[in-house]
Amino acid sequence: MPGADKETDLSERIESFLSELKRCGSGAGSLRGSAETARETTALLRRITAQARWGNAGELMEIIRKEGRRMTAAQPSETTVGNMIRRVLKIIREEYARSRGSSEETDQQESLHKLLTSGGSSEDNFRQHFTHLKANVIEAINELLTELEGTTDNISMQALEHIHSNEVIMTIGRSRTVEAFLKDAARKRKFHVIVAECAPFCQGHEMATSLCKEDIETTVIPDAAIFAVMSRVNKVIIGTQTVLANGGLRAVNGTHTLALAAKHHSTPLIVCAPMFKLSPQVPDTPYNHTKLKSVDTILYIHILSKVNAHCPVFDYVPPELITLFISNIGGNAPSYIYRLMSELYHPEDHEL
Amino acid sequence: RLPEHVQVDDPAALKKLAKKLERQQVPLRSDYGYKVSLFSHLHQYSRKSPPTLQISIPATVIHPSIVRLGLQYSQGIIAGSNARSVALLHTFKQVIQDYSTPPNEELSRDLVNKLSPYISFLSQCRPLSASMGNAIKYIKKEISNIPSQCKEEEAKGKLQACIDSYINEKIILASEAISKYAIEKISDGDVILVYVWIHSERKFRVIVVDSRPRLEGREALRRLVKKGIRCTYVLISALSYILPEVSKVFLGAHALLANGYVMSRVGTSQIALVAKAYNVPVLVCCETYKFCERVQTDSFVSNELDDPDDLIVTRNGKSHLENWQTVKSLGLLNLVYDVTPPDFVDLVITDLGMIPCTSVPVVLRVKNVDQ
Repeated sequence: MPGADKETDLSERIESFLSELKRCGSGAGSLRGSAETARETTALLRRITAQARWGNAGELMEIIRKEGRRMTAAQPSETTVGNMIRRVLKIIREEYARSRGSSEETDQQESLHKLLTSGGSSEDNFRQHFTHLKANVIEAINELLTELEGTTDNISMQALEHIHSNEVIMTIGRSRTVEAFLKDAARKRKFHVIVAECAPFCQGHEMATSLCKEDIETTVIPDAAIFAVMSRVNKVIIGTQTVLANGGLRAVNGTHTLALAAKHHSTPLIVCAPMFKLSPQVPDTPYNHTKLKSVDTILYIHILSKVNAHCPVFDYVPPELITLFISNIGGNAPSYIYRLMSELYHPEDHEL
Repeated sequence: RLPEHVQVDDPAALKKLAKKLERQQVPLRSDYGYKVSLFSHLHQYSRKSPPTLQISIPATVIHPSIVRLGLQYSQGIIAGSNARSVALLHTFKQVIQDYSTPPNEELSRDLVNKLSPYISFLSQCRPLSASMGNAIKYIKKEISNIPSQCKEEEAKGKLQACIDSYINEKIILASEAISKYAIEKISDGDVILVYVWIHSERKFRVIVVDSRPRLEGREALRRLVKKGIRCTYVLISALSYILPEVSKVFLGAHALLANGYVMSRVGTSQIALVAKAYNVPVLVCCETYKFCERVQTDSFVSNELDDPDDLIVTRNGKSHLENWQTVKSLGLLNLVYDVTPPDFVDLVITDLGMIPCTSVPVVLRVKNVDQ
């Protein structure tokens, strides 16, 4: 039966995606960029919409939520998966509302008012069936995919607005967004980049060699020298793993030190983050750090048992230390992030 | 007068140095690799080409133990300002032992002249540290104070005794005094963060912070574990993760400058900065012989550039920076020291007691009056 084939095919794809996610986290699989993960998640969600069996919007949202919970459980630190799921859920709500003829947007704006007056969940429970809903949702997801493909370019296009000539820019570790940003600016302007290597994985080395290919003057420094050279730096431009709901960051370890040093020298800290990294999570210590033991830092095997070694992967950077967010929709202050988030995700989807 | 090792970008100064070294028959060491433009006024040497390669064996002008010491410095076998000063003083003892006054010369003047090429050679191997500079000044002063009617054997004996007492008082006993003061500051159950080595015995937990490329924390870790202290080990990038657990931070110093700035291993200022942000007290342990009359406000004007090849690392079988010399616009920066502003430091523990950072010129003045 074609229906059953489609379903098994779909569940196979979901399973393989889940195992990919799990492998990436343990470091065994290839390290993919978040953009790729976002695209694959969205493509998978589109496939679910197309191939799964559902009768109305409510059922579709349930299926997606269920799969979404499994995906986020497979790799909690990869927040783009959860973000894309929430985007798609929002798309479904919007398309449903549009099919019904009411406008969902006024509901959003008056949400505080609604909270005070109605005090309960919305009376709309998405049970109505619309024939064109599937096509509309798939079309909207396609638009989302196009948007995802253009994010890095949209961010890089703003590079020349922020980098002038003969500047010294500092960055840490490796971020594909920042790489593209700097390379775009380097086409027209000459500036100097200092890359902090970000031990123990030393991804800064890759970043430096990649920047040098475009003839950008690059210097690699060890993490210990960040404060020492900060006095000569004009701007700090970094990427991040996640942008949290309060405007803070969950970024690679060492970023908090970098942010503090920049604050001390009153150097602007610019974060290049596409919108799909924006997550409704709030800073919460247990989830902030993935503990990873890096074999290289432990040299003396015989004292290994008597010593605790810590190797956190992420740092939390509070919003007070950040000057500007550059995303594919333009530049924003950290205090505006909450508003952007309310436009991207529906409040009921914050908890999947 | 500006020291030579911060005038590398001045061709006139370089010429002067070359002439002086030629006169003293000390080999001139050439810089290695692409230097980051901000540091073009400093030397950058490679460990693979020590100046000892250019000396003929047996060396006629330079005493063999000085050659050995120079090699140990340039290869990093002896590292750390205390170790370097002690090794220097022991070597000078040997030199004085083997010295014999030529006829018609006075020991007090000739010995000082003999020491000059040795000092030039050692500074070619590795720029002298502030502590070594102070030790050399002390020795020179002692030598020139030898009265002319003093017999050679007696003079030599006196000098050896002076050096021994200097090492004993200023370095060994000073460390013990500092440990005693430091112990007072540690309470039971504290969690201490160290970036350098100290010794004591209360019940506390130690977190050792380490940084690439030297990874000196591993040695400290080994010694602490031997003493049975519970230890944790992190790299410096994990600082903001570990600091909420820490009650005090102990740092070592390479030198204390007259304007209150602390010059020490690179990364110290970062630790002090983040500790300040988390309101953790920062204590610096430093012997008084490391106090220095220089002033400095940033880590650029006077520093040391270590071998840039140390930054190369292999992960997963790939080392991205392996051929960094061939890549046109790439520079590697391996700084050795940095300066910490005094507002990050809460207390300095010295052998004279516990003083704030800004009291350094007072101590220097007292010491000068004593002498």
